[in-house]
Amino acid sequence: MRETLEKIKKEALEALSSPSAQLEELRIRFLGKKGELTAVLRGMGKLAPEERREIGELANSVRQQIEQRIEMLSEQQKAAKLDAKLAEEKLDVTVPGVGVKTGRFHPLALVQRQLEDIFLGMGYSIVDGPEVEYDYYNFQALNIPKDHPARDTQDTFYITENILLRSQTSPVQARVMEKTTPPIKIISPGRVYRSDAVDATHSPLFHQLEGLVIDRGITMGDLKGTLEMFAKRMFGEQTRIRFRPHHFPFTEPSAEVDVSCFVCGGTGCRLCKGEGWIEILGAGMVHPNVLRNCGIDPEEYSGFAFGLGIERIALLKYHIDDMRLLYENDIRFLNQF
Amino acid sequence: MNLSMKWLADYTDVSDITIKEYCDRMTMTGSKVEGWKELGAELSGVVCGRILKIERHPNAERLVICQVDVGEAAPVQVITAATNVFEGALVPVAMDGASLTGGTKIKKGKLRGELSEGMFCSIAELGLTLHDMPGAIEDGILILGDVGLGDIPVGADLVQELGLRDIVVEFEITSNRPDCLSVLGLARESAVTFSKPLTLPPVKKPSPSADGDSIGNYLKVTVANTEKCYRYAARVIKNVKIAPSPLWLRMKLRASGVRPINNIVDITNFVMLEYGQPMHAFDYKCIDGSEIVVRSAGDGEQFVSLDSIPHTLDSSMLVIADAKKAVALAGVMGGENSEITDSTATVVFESATFHPGSVRLAAKKLGMRTESSSRFEKGLDSENAMPALDRACEMVELLGAGEVVNGTIDCYPVKKEEVKLPLDADVINAFLGVSLTQEYMAETLKKLDFGVSEDLKTITVPTFRDDVRCMNDIAEEILRMYGYDKIQSTLSQKARPTLGARTERQNFDNNLHDMLVGMGMNEIETFSFISPSWYDKIRLSPDDSRRNCVVISNPLGEDTSVMRTTTLPSMLKTLGDNYSVKNRDFKLFEMSKVYLPTTSDKLPEEPARLTLGFHTPKNDGFYLMKGYVEAILDLAGVKGASFRSVSTEPTFHPGRCAEIYVGNTKLGVFGEAHPAVIDTYGLDGGVYLAEIATDALYEVRRAAIVYAPIPKHPAIERDFSFVCDEAVEAATVASAILSSGTLVESASLFDIYRGPQIGAGKKSMSYAVMLRASDRTLTDAEADEAVSAILAALETKLGVKLR
Repeated sequence: MRETLEKIKKEALEALSSPSAQLEELRIRFLGKKGELTAVLRGMGKLAPEERREIGELANSVRQQIEQRIEMLSEQQKAAKLDAKLAEEKLDVTVPGVGVKTGRFHPLALVQRQLEDIFLGMGYSIVDGPEVEYDYYNFQALNIPKDHPARDTQDTFYITENILLRSQTSPVQARVMEKTTPPIKIISPGRVYRSDAVDATHSPLFHQLEGLVIDRGITMGDLKGTLEMFAKRMFGEQTRIRFRPHHFPFTEPSAEVDVSCFVCGGTGCRLCKGEGWIEILGAGMVHPNVLRNCGIDPEEYSGFAFGLGIERIALLKYHIDDMRLLYENDIRFLNQF
Repeated sequence: MNLSMKWLADYTDVSDITIKEYCDRMTMTGSKVEGWKELGAELSGVVCGRILKIERHPNAERLVICQVDVGEAAPVQVITAATNVFEGALVPVAMDGASLTGGTKIKKGKLRGELSEGMFCSIAELGLTLHDMPGAIEDGILILGDVGLGDIPVGADLVQELGLRDIVVEFEITSNRPDCLSVLGLARESAVTFSKPLTLPPVKKPSPSADGDSIGNYLKVTVANTEKCYRYAARVIKNVKIAPSPLWLRMKLRASGVRPINNIVDITNFVMLEYGQPMHAFDYKCIDGSEIVVRSAGDGEQFVSLDSIPHTLDSSMLVIADAKKAVALAGVMGGENSEITDSTATVVFESATFHPGSVRLAAKKLGMRTESSSRFEKGLDSENAMPALDRACEMVELLGAGEVVNGTIDCYPVKKEEVKLPLDADVINAFLGVSLTQEYMAETLKKLDFGVSEDLKTITVPTFRDDVRCMNDIAEEILRMYGYDKIQSTLSQKARPTLGARTERQNFDNNLHDMLVGMGMNEIETFSFISPSWYDKIRLSPDDSRRNCVVISNPLGEDTSVMRTTTLPSMLKTLGDNYSVKNRDFKLFEMSKVYLPTTSDKLPEEPARLTLGFHTPKNDGFYLMKGYVEAILDLAGVKGASFRSVSTEPTFHPGRCAEIYVGNTKLGVFGEAHPAVIDTYGLDGGVYLAEIATDALYEVRRAAIVYAPIPKHPAIERDFSFVCDEAVEAATVASAILSSGTLVESASLFDIYRGPQIGAGKKSMSYAVMLRASDRTLTDAEADEAVSAILAALETKLGVKLR
């Protein structure tokens, strides 16, 4: 019997030496219920107890060795099979992806969102106002009576004698001041209209963002500090600003505000036309007549206002050389933002 | 305003400052410089020469050889083709190495074998016109004797001698500073900016004429409309000799961009530029009745202006008239009927001030904005009228243009009042955020011609500064001279804190905006105004209420003449424009407004609109559009939205259009564009549009999120296929299933089948129905019971049968 076991062991291990051995078949042949090893074990009952123990141990050892070998081979075969499958599944990763398209924000919306976020962070809230507006709010309340020459610089679309398309976002200032007790700290972005024919730098419709701050003790230094902080957030930490005296009927003193060119940093380049500075804002201290017109006592309160063109910033920021692109909505343009 | 730096030098000396620095600093003190140019910069090497001898060129029939004295030891030889030269003529000679207008360089060289050492110049080659050099000819050499310059010494540098070189600075003067539309005004600003002395010319009053003649013998002036004419002053000049002005005057006008005409007209223009006071000169013989009346024009009154253009006036306009007719449109332009001509012998000078708004309106109505009207409309100083008139008379004498008749007519009923304001350094410092002394402030204002009281606490505003009326104005005067750049930046330390946050609505809109981009849509921006013909393009019927829109009374053109009441045509145009340049496979959205009229004296409503649009090559996009609409509703948390088929929306396919409702609130409409609309926009295939009322959507949004527990017990899923008539809508079937019993959790349509097995006019719809109880696991028996209820409901309510 011992010889038989040794023979089974030898034959089994030999059969299991090939990596591609038919494992299930061999398992049945050697270890199955009708298998060779089982047959040997069955004959053990005839042996003397002494011998039975010895043979039993041997038989178990042979079984274990065969089982281990089968298990090992089985693992190897599985791994090889997976490898083969994965190799077969190799893809060309350079084939373009399928189907998922993202949209894009319009560049004006991108700039407006950025502007809003900067001022929200500085404690401003956002206010909307009508685009079709009374002459009163667009001009008269802002210290621009009928026949004021300043009206010529803003050629205005009229609906009736007293109703017009707002030529600036400033009427929102007057509306807010009428309704609110200071402190007031608002911005108001939106569409404005002027009768300029469409060309590379003009459009009869464009967007402005207006800002207004009213409280006790507001100074022109506060205006400068505010716009400086804004400019650094918008155009980069190294940005400087410059105030130039100007005249607006609704502010006094008034200033045009330049930022140091964010491309060349002020040394002069194509974007800033060699000036080193780019004009982006109009600003000033709210005129006492405007405060009075809106029911705010200029003896008690002071404040500042500023306005900027959103298109202008978009054109500068994205180096767009023709304003018409913003309203043509060609998808090849829109997809770039 | 163009400022000649040579002219400026008459009043203040800034010669030690470079032109770049001059421009920069003037801008920083409030006189914005647009740019500057150098006149005659290219000119050099042109001298005065006398032609001694002219001989024929031996080798060229049309050339002559001239020997020219240019003040050197020997004459130079110049060959010319000009025919107007003669021996003894004094001419400009461009010498070897000279440079002329346009950058032409002159070199000596041989012409047909003979040496030419220079070139004679025409006026054009010197950068001049016939107006600058009256008496010259255009197509020949400038003969200096012809233009009254026969006494220039031979050899003199003509660029210098003729005053051809100057620097002209172009200022953009803001509307509050009409006083700076003058050389004197800018000289004052320059002097203060650069701390230089200002020397104003003392005006010499004309010497009284010995003959005892007086203006009363010539003219009577009545101001009939004192509301619109504040002051009217006049003087009479007799024995006028109309002639060209002297060279120096012409060159000053030329540098200022004004065309020289003749001595009298040039004097009025010179004074306008120098004093900022527009003047007018009438030919006295054309003044009927020897009187001037300043009155309102009659409605329909006819008037031909100096430039020979006829105008029809109305009663809002002010005219200067004689006994019979209007001779000038006050402050705008004179009339052709009283123009100065070569035969003018007696002149009336007018120096007046008018109501700014009235001048502006008249100029605007008649489309004739002039140098004069653009000054008057800003409000001129009545106190300046008389010095200007005196200056004009002085010029007449200086030029020998005529005799000034004794006496001045001056209608000035209400003398301008002096304005005094308090000066308080503390208030101004607190307002600007600076710390300047009362003394510094007073000194700065003094330099700007303000009067300052001895205690420095009261200032008197100069009469030409109507723009200074309150503390803010004074603060600006001081600040602009102190320097805007010296303000220290601060951050509202004294102000109370405020909350910076978007409103719920603004957040809602932003979320929508973000989601649409995330879903693959590109945002567009289109104009709010459209052409009324666009309503035809989207097939609105003539009585469609959307045709009632806000109309612009002065539009740029038909295409932008009405405010849109629907955003669909703008979206369609954008789709069409993109399609025409072969852009494909994109989806668009716009978040904007429409403008709905109310009553004519009230503002329109401006509701917000969300517009979606895309194009597909085949007509298969309806459910994709519906998918976008449902996603939007889902994000807004809208519960219970329903879709109603609508066949009456003219822009849409009658069988492929739905209105979106929540309860009875209509949120919008979407569907496939009508084939005729698609054609109109040059598109083909299918075009899908949605127009959603964002305000209504916001109203039905889910305002607060409240969590619902996840079911604890499993569901049983049963699939059914039903056969029904085509006309039966999916929503009806789904709602019948859902209302059949309490265990039905959801019913999802997963297939629609049409085919021969089903029969014509029928369809098969397959639903997956989920059954669930919240408190227990359902038994099969319970599920079967629920299914029976579903089938019964469908059969009794809709006649729908299991397939």
